[in-house]
Amino acid sequence: MSVLSALARLEAVDAGRARPLATVRHCHLADAPLLMVPLRLAGEAAAPLAVLLGTDRADPALLVVPQPRNRDLRFAFAAELAKVVLEHVEASRGAAEPLGPGRDGEERVRYTGAPQILVPNGGGAAFLRLLGRSTRFRRTEGPHAVEAAVPALGRWLTWFAERRDRPGSSLLLALTDALRLHWATGQSALEDANLAALLGWIDPPAGLDGPAAAARAEDPLRCPPAGPATDPTFDNEVLAPAIAAWDASGGDPRAEARLRAALESQLVPTWDAAWHAVDLLRALPPGASVADRWERDRDAFTLFHAGFAEGVPQARRDSAVAAARRLHRLERAQEEYDARRAFDDPLVMAEYRLTGQAFAGTVAESDPTRLDESGKRPKLRPRVRIATPDPVRLEPGATVCSADRPALKGRIVESGAGDVLVELTGGLGRKLVPEPGAVPAEGDRVCFTSVVPGSFGPARFPESADTPWTHGGPPAEYVPTDSDAAEEWS
Amino acid sequence: MTLLDTADPSAAAAAVVDAVLADLDGTHRGVVVDSPPGAGKSTLVVRATGHLAAAGERLMIVAQTNEQVDDLVERIAGEHPDLPLGRLSAAGYLAPDRVRRPSVRVAQKADDLADRAVVIATAAKWATLSEGSWPWAIVDEAYQMRSDMLLRIAGRFERALFVGDPGQLDPFSTVEMERWAGLAWDPTRSAVSVLLAHNPELPVHRLPVSWRLPASAAPVVSRAFYPFTGFRSGTGPGDRRLEFGEPGTGSAHDRALDEAARSGWALYELPARHTPRTDAAAVAATAALAARLLARGATARSEAGARPVGADRIAVGAAHRDQVTAIRAALGPLGSQITVDTANRLQGREYDVTVVLHPLSGRRDATAFHLESGRLCVLASRHRHACLVVARAGIAELLDAHPSADPVRLGEPVKFPDGWEANQSVLAHLAEHRVAADA
Repeated sequence: MSVLSALARLEAVDAGRARPLATVRHCHLADAPLLMVPLRLAGEAAAPLAVLLGTDRADPALLVVPQPRNRDLRFAFAAELAKVVLEHVEASRGAAEPLGPGRDGEERVRYTGAPQILVPNGGGAAFLRLLGRSTRFRRTEGPHAVEAAVPALGRWLTWFAERRDRPGSSLLLALTDALRLHWATGQSALEDANLAALLGWIDPPAGLDGPAAAARAEDPLRCPPAGPATDPTFDNEVLAPAIAAWDASGGDPRAEARLRAALESQLVPTWDAAWHAVDLLRALPPGASVADRWERDRDAFTLFHAGFAEGVPQARRDSAVAAARRLHRLERAQEEYDARRAFDDPLVMAEYRLTGQAFAGTVAESDPTRLDESGKRPKLRPRVRIATPDPVRLEPGATVCSADRPALKGRIVESGAGDVLVELTGGLGRKLVPEPGAVPAEGDRVCFTSVVPGSFGPARFPESADTPWTHGGPPAEYVPTDSDAAEEWS
Repeated sequence: MTLLDTADPSAAAAAVVDAVLADLDGTHRGVVVDSPPGAGKSTLVVRATGHLAAAGERLMIVAQTNEQVDDLVERIAGEHPDLPLGRLSAAGYLAPDRVRRPSVRVAQKADDLADRAVVIATAAKWATLSEGSWPWAIVDEAYQMRSDMLLRIAGRFERALFVGDPGQLDPFSTVEMERWAGLAWDPTRSAVSVLLAHNPELPVHRLPVSWRLPASAAPVVSRAFYPFTGFRSGTGPGDRRLEFGEPGTGSAHDRALDEAARSGWALYELPARHTPRTDAAAVAATAALAARLLARGATARSEAGARPVGADRIAVGAAHRDQVTAIRAALGPLGSQITVDTANRLQGREYDVTVVLHPLSGRRDATAFHLESGRLCVLASRHRHACLVVARAGIAELLDAHPSADPVRLGEPVKFPDGWEANQSVLAHLAEHRVAADA
């Protein structure tokens, strides 16, 4: 925990209300996201019990597995769920905007929209991942055949879950994570994972303060758990008898209606809370780089959508080369996300200013036309001296960039008490005279930071068929079998 | 252990080196050598280079940082002045003087070094090559290298010698890595760990003697960080002595310095308190101890003779970069003479005396980062004579409040030593050398 977020938490305790950690929204919110509140049967790894879902808050759809231990019913449920999810995918993609030919000369396109799924908490996202894994290897013919939509659902859910690992992606958002990115409460991280308690701190109901609202949220009768785990008392006293009655009735619609009503009572409070969270997030203005990150999400969506018919491989485990490539991509995305978030938001940048990785101040001296003539050819190397009250902890030689204009790059020449001399090295134009306005003038307010995006470029990896002996050599070729879908826990 | 203890340390170490060289002549695809701090790892790399080059093999050498590469170039060129060396570098690299030798050619493209018997570069530079193959590679500091980096460079060599210190800092990643937990090729694990998981038949040797650590430190470090693969010091008790030109004034700083000179260790303890990372009092004490050590004109007496402990023989270590910057600032003009750095950057370096800001000092919690045994191991094993540790009181209680609670995952090798236990072990030893700060 950084000093600033620790302070925000202390202030939240003191005020009895959450404190903002951000001035802008750092995640994308689609116009019509698909909200899903999934429930799982207690004691099972991935047995769906129910899900309340939809894009319209006034009209959620409730899907239920009346006997979750019956695998046929589970996959019938998956087929129903698949219809809603696949419909959402198609409805959100929008038009294909042309991007012009790529390097290989082929025309490239990008959909103007992408599907977004919201779940109440991280547990919900993890459950969707498992549900995807348990459905995507199912066969549509032969023994235990399922509807064609079931493996398609599995592939989409797997794609959503894998995309969620990428820092800054908004395709599958857990609302508690999104809220915690923007507000600090006076409770622990574990307690923050409870959506109702978190909302209680951020926007308590009239007459209550944060701690009181959070305490109220812990009463499972008033605020049933947001899933995927259910309240044990509900399991014992309501759910188990209702399932037993449905079993005994041989599938009587009235017994099923009673089961649905019981599950709906558990889901609706979370449904309302989740939309409340969406409203709170929507009230924040989006950060400047949010659209860029959503564009990357749309790129990924376009790519996966285009390759869906022929089948993009989604192995259960990454091969050596795939794992290394993926790690490299994620690390680059993380660096980009950290830096861009700080550029967008002075409150995030303040954390770096406190740790000395960034400083803000006014330009005291500016030499915009300074040339470095030590090399063969003269180079434009303007220098600016910045007066700053920040505790700068950057060594001479450190690379920095401007938070307002990240293309403006420089190097620390000297840093003493209260002022820093920066030599600008990039973002000045191509000539020996800087573009007008490129170099900050005396009196300008500037912020420089060593947190820069893209400090390392894309890396070269061997092909999977060339996996070296140190990593076990090339992997065996994949041959699909009927046991693909088997799991230790299924 | 009895044989180890009684045998002549030089003979014991030489026997291991001979066995390694013999394995290089064998048929193994790879050979691994574990080396505790200061056990002659670089010497082994230089010898193996000479051995392989004498057999007429073209050889590539991989190190992790430019600093390490330059060190190796200097040592190999010094030992084997007739061996044509190539230093492959990135654009913008300025060769320091110690690398500019007649037998060394610096180039940015591998093609320009095709005639060189030995080519040395960082792993990152080797990873940019897409072709070319060497019959042999020596990978230095292989435990510091992440296995995804090994994956990128392994196509460049047929057989390899991996040398490194298993007790030092493990490689890390800034992103969530649970996805690969338990996979034999987990890209975030160290290169050696992945190599051995896929090639369990490879011979693993262990250098048994630390020439750097004094007799006062080797058992402490060995017990805490190498619990199952112990090592000993090359020198006996009393072989290394630290003497001050100026007697102490009785201040707490001086008493800590005297304790360190007498016993090889000192714990300078500040009153318990929760502080931010750049704890002003701890930073000031760390800087003051280093400055006072210099001011008192210490002389280090060892098997290499007597020499004054100048600013270049003192290092100050800390866990975080902001702490390093703060200490450097507190040292004032001395900050540019005394080495002040993070554990990551102190790896592989050696000094007479070190002053260490304890990673857990003043903390409210003990995260995996701070509990990582490698961090403390690096900080506590850089010295030839003495190590002074600065800490807030209460670390033992903090550790007791934060037992390791990492989930155990199937297929993931259990990590030894356990960071929590190693911290307790070092702390228990330091408690015997405690000097309380003046109130």
